[in-house]
Amino acid sequence: MPKVTIDGQMIEVPDGTTILQAARMIGGPIVPPAMCYYSSLKTSGGYCRTCIVKVSKGSEKDPRPMPKPVASCRTTVMDGMEVQNITSPEVVEARKGVVEFLLLNHPLDCPICDQAGECHLQDLAYEHGLSKTRYEFERRTFEKIDIGEKIKLHMTRCILCYRCVKVADQVTNKRVHGVMNRGDVAEISTYIQHAVDNDFSGNMIDVCPVGALTDRTFRFQSRIWNVNPMDAHRDCKTCSGKVTLWMKGNDVARVSARKDKYGEVIDWICNDCRFEKKDAHDWQMDGPTNIERHSVISQNHYSLKEPAHKPLLNTLYTAPADRQLNSNN
Amino acid sequence: MGKKLLLQHDHVPGIHSYEVYRKHGGYASVEKAMKQLSAEAVVEEIKKSGLRGRGGAGFPTGMKWSFLAKPPGVPRYLVCNADESEPGTFKDRYLMERHPHLLIEGMITSSFALGANTSYIYIRGEYFYVSRILEKAIEEAYANGWLGKNILGTGYDLDLYVQVGAGAYICGEETALLESLEGKRGNPRIKPPFPAIAGLYGCPTVVNNVETIAAVVPIVTMGGDEYAKIGIGKSTGTKLISASGHINKPGVYEIELGVPVEEFIYSEEYCGGIKNGKQLKAVVAGGSSVPILPAHLILKTVNGEPRLMSYESLSDGGFATGTMLGSGGFIVMDEDTSIVKNLWNFTRFYHHESCGQCSPCREGTGWMEKILHRILHGHGKISDIDLLWDIQGKIEGKTICPLGDAAAWPVAAAIRHFRSEFEEYVKNPGSIQDVKHYYRLNNLTEA
Ligand SMILES: Cc1cc2nc3c(=O)[nH]c(=O)nc-3n(C[C@H](O)[C@H](O)[C@H](O)COP(=O)(O)O)c2cc1C
Ligand code: SF4
Ligand code: SF4
Ligand code: FES
Repeated sequence: MPKVTIDGQMIEVPDGTTILQAARMIGGPIVPPAMCYYSSLKTSGGYCRTCIVKVSKGSEKDPRPMPKPVASCRTTVMDGMEVQNITSPEVVEARKGVVEFLLLNHPLDCPICDQAGECHLQDLAYEHGLSKTRYEFERRTFEKIDIGEKIKLHMTRCILCYRCVKVADQVTNKRVHGVMNRGDVAEISTYIQHAVDNDFSGNMIDVCPVGALTDRTFRFQSRIWNVNPMDAHRDCKTCSGKVTLWMKGNDVARVSARKDKYGEVIDWICNDCRFEKKDAHDWQMDGPTNIERHSVISQNHYSLKEPAHKPLLNTLYTAPADRQLNSNN
Repeated sequence: MGKKLLLQHDHVPGIHSYEVYRKHGGYASVEKAMKQLSAEAVVEEIKKSGLRGRGGAGFPTGMKWSFLAKPPGVPRYLVCNADESEPGTFKDRYLMERHPHLLIEGMITSSFALGANTSYIYIRGEYFYVSRILEKAIEEAYANGWLGKNILGTGYDLDLYVQVGAGAYICGEETALLESLEGKRGNPRIKPPFPAIAGLYGCPTVVNNVETIAAVVPIVTMGGDEYAKIGIGKSTGTKLISASGHINKPGVYEIELGVPVEEFIYSEEYCGGIKNGKQLKAVVAGGSSVPILPAHLILKTVNGEPRLMSYESLSDGGFATGTMLGSGGFIVMDEDTSIVKNLWNFTRFYHHESCGQCSPCREGTGWMEKILHRILHGHGKISDIDLLWDIQGKIEGKTICPLGDAAAWPVAAAIRHFRSEFEEYVKNPGSIQDVKHYYRLNNLTEA
C-alpha cells in the first residue's frame, strides 16, 4: 500500500487512490476543494482545476517533482509521493486564479438563485476567491430553458463541471442531454429542448454544484436556510427510498438525495420519490439531517458534528508558522 | 542546395499518381521492411535515425513507438494526425496534395512496424479536397497490392481509412483526435493513460504527424544511421518549413536541420529576404503558439551565436530569449507589423478554438482577447498589460491539454519582448489607424 504525504501529513492508502481521496482520508483544511469530481461518477473530475496541487516528490522510485500542478482528483498516489496543497503559496495563488476564472462569467445572481446557501461555488469563492472581480466586460448569458417538466436549466450559472452529463450517462437509462458548442459558449443542452425524462434524471439537480439545474417543483418557494432538512425513507421499488426532506413547517417543500460531507449524493433517488411524493405522509421520518458541510445552511441552526472551518486564505497568509502541520500531529 | 528527402521529386510531373511515384522508387520502403527487415528492425531503424515528431512537440518517434503496449489479442492502431490547423502551418497539406503516395507508403511501413492491421488518417474538414486525393491514392495502393490482405505474400493485412474531421483545431490534440475519430465530441482526454496504453477504442495507439510518417519512408530506405548523419546534433534529418509573412518567396521549404535562420530568411534558395526591402522586425518560428522573437534574438542567440533552424538552437535561452521549432510554421514580420494586432489575432484564434472543458482556458482565452481588443482600439489601460501577464500565467500549465499553454505563450512573449509597443497603444491611440484599415479591407464592422 503506497504512502503519501500531503502538507506534511502522511497516510497509507490502497493502490489506485487519488491524491484527493487520500486527502479526504486525512481530512481537515488540507482537503483540496473539488467542483467537478464526484466519487460515485466514473471519469468525473479533471475539468474545473480547483483541486490542483503541487507534487514536490513524484515517488520513492522517481523522486523528481512533477513539472506542473496536477489535478488531485485525477492523479493517482505513488509510494513516497509528497504533495503540497495549502502549504504551497503557488498552489494557493493558482487556485485563486481558477476561482476567478469560474466566477468570470458567472452572473452572481445569488440573491435570486435557488442554490444560494447550498452552492459549492459560493463556498469556494468565499474560501478561496478574491473579493472583487477584475473582469470589466459584459458577462455571457444564455436563455433559460425547461428540460422537461421538472427541471430548469439556467445555463448562465453553469460551470461546465460535466457532472450532470455523467449522471445522465451512468445513472439514467437514456442520455438526452450533453455539452454543445465549444469554448466559452459551450453549453449544456438537450438539443432543440428535448425533454429530459427518465426515472433517475432528477439526480442531475443534486450533482449540480451551482444553481444551473434546479427543481421546478421547488423553484422560488423558499430560501434554503428557511427550510428544515429531515432524513426520511419510504419503500420504493425503483430506488433506495432514502432521502432528505426539506420541510417548511409540516409541508414537504423539496425532496433531495442524501449527501455526505463533501456534498456528494450517497444513494441516487428516483424521480417518483423526488418529484411526486410531496406529502409528509408518504414518508417515515428518521430525524434531522446532519449538515456537516461548511455552508450557509450549516452556519445557523442545524446540528453539526464538527465546526465549519474558517476561510483558509487569511490564516495562510498571516500566519504561515501555523501551517507546520507535521509538527502538530 | 540542401538535402531533400521528402520533396526530392517535387518537380516531377504526375508524382501524385501511382505509376510515376512507383517509377521514382516509390514503395521501396515497404518492400524492404517486409522482405528484408522485421517489424522490430524497422522500429530499430527509426530509433537510430533520431527522428523527432514533426507535429510540434518534437518527441523522439522511435521512443514513442517502443512505448506502444502489446497485450496479446488486442488490436493496435496507427493514426496519422493530418488535422494541421496551427496558424502559420501548411506543410502537411503541401505534402498530401502533391505526394499522397509518400504518406500512404509511410503509413504502410509504419503500420507494419507497429503491428497495426487497421490505420487511420484523420484529416481536418477544411482539407476535404485533400481527403479525396488521399482516397484516390489509397485506392491505387489497394489495386496494386500494397494494402488489403496478405501484402507482398507476407501474411500481413492492413486496411487504411481516411476520416475527415468537422473542422476544429482542438482535434489536432492527439486525444481529442481519438475521441473525434471514435465519433464523439472532440474533447482532449485527461492523461494518463496515454494513447500508447489506451488510445483508439481503448487499445494501444500511436498518433503521428503526417510529416513524421512520411519521413519513415526515406529512413527505412536509406537506413537509420544514414538519416542520422543529416542535420545537426539531435536535430536529425530534414524538416518542412511553412514560410509565410513579409518575405519575397513564401511557401513550403524542405531544409536540412541546422540551416542558419539568417540564411533561411535572406537567401534566394529559401525565403529570398524581406519584401519591399523592409527591415525584419520579428519572427514566430514554429507556428502561432511558440514565443515570438524580435529580429536580434531570432538571428542570434543571446550569446551572439548564429541561431540555427534546429530544435536545440531555436530553444536556446529558454523562453526568456529563445523559442521553439514547433511545427515549423515560420511567420516573418517586417518593421511595419503591429505586434499587438498580431497577438490579438492569435489570441482570438485560441479563444475560438478552446474546447471549453477546463476553466482556465475556457474563460481565460476570451478574457485575454477582450483586453487585447480594447488595447488595440485605444481604450486600454497601462494596468491591462500587467493583467494580461497575470492571466496568461494563471492559464499556463494549469489546463488539461497544451492548448492552454499555446494560448498563454504568445501573450507572454509579446509582452516580454515588445512591452513598449503595448504602452504605445495605450498612451497614443493614434496608432490604431491600421486597425481601421484592416476592418475596411475585411468588410468588418468595428466592434
Ligand atoms: C491544441 C493542439 C493542436 C494540435 N494540432 C496538431 C496538428 O494539427 N497536427 C499534428 O500533427 N499535431 C498536432 N498536435 C500535437 C499532437 O497532439 C501530437 O503531439 C502529434 O500529433 C504527435 O505526432 P508527432 O510525434 O509525429 O509529432 C496538437 C497539439 C495540441 C495541444
Ligand atoms: S448544469 Fe450543473 S451539473 Fe451540469 S455541467 Fe453545468 S454546473 Fe455542472
Ligand atoms: S486547455 Fe483548453 S482546449 Fe485543452 S482541454 Fe482545457 S479547455 Fe479544452
Ligand atoms: S475537482 Fe479536480 S479538476 Fe475539478
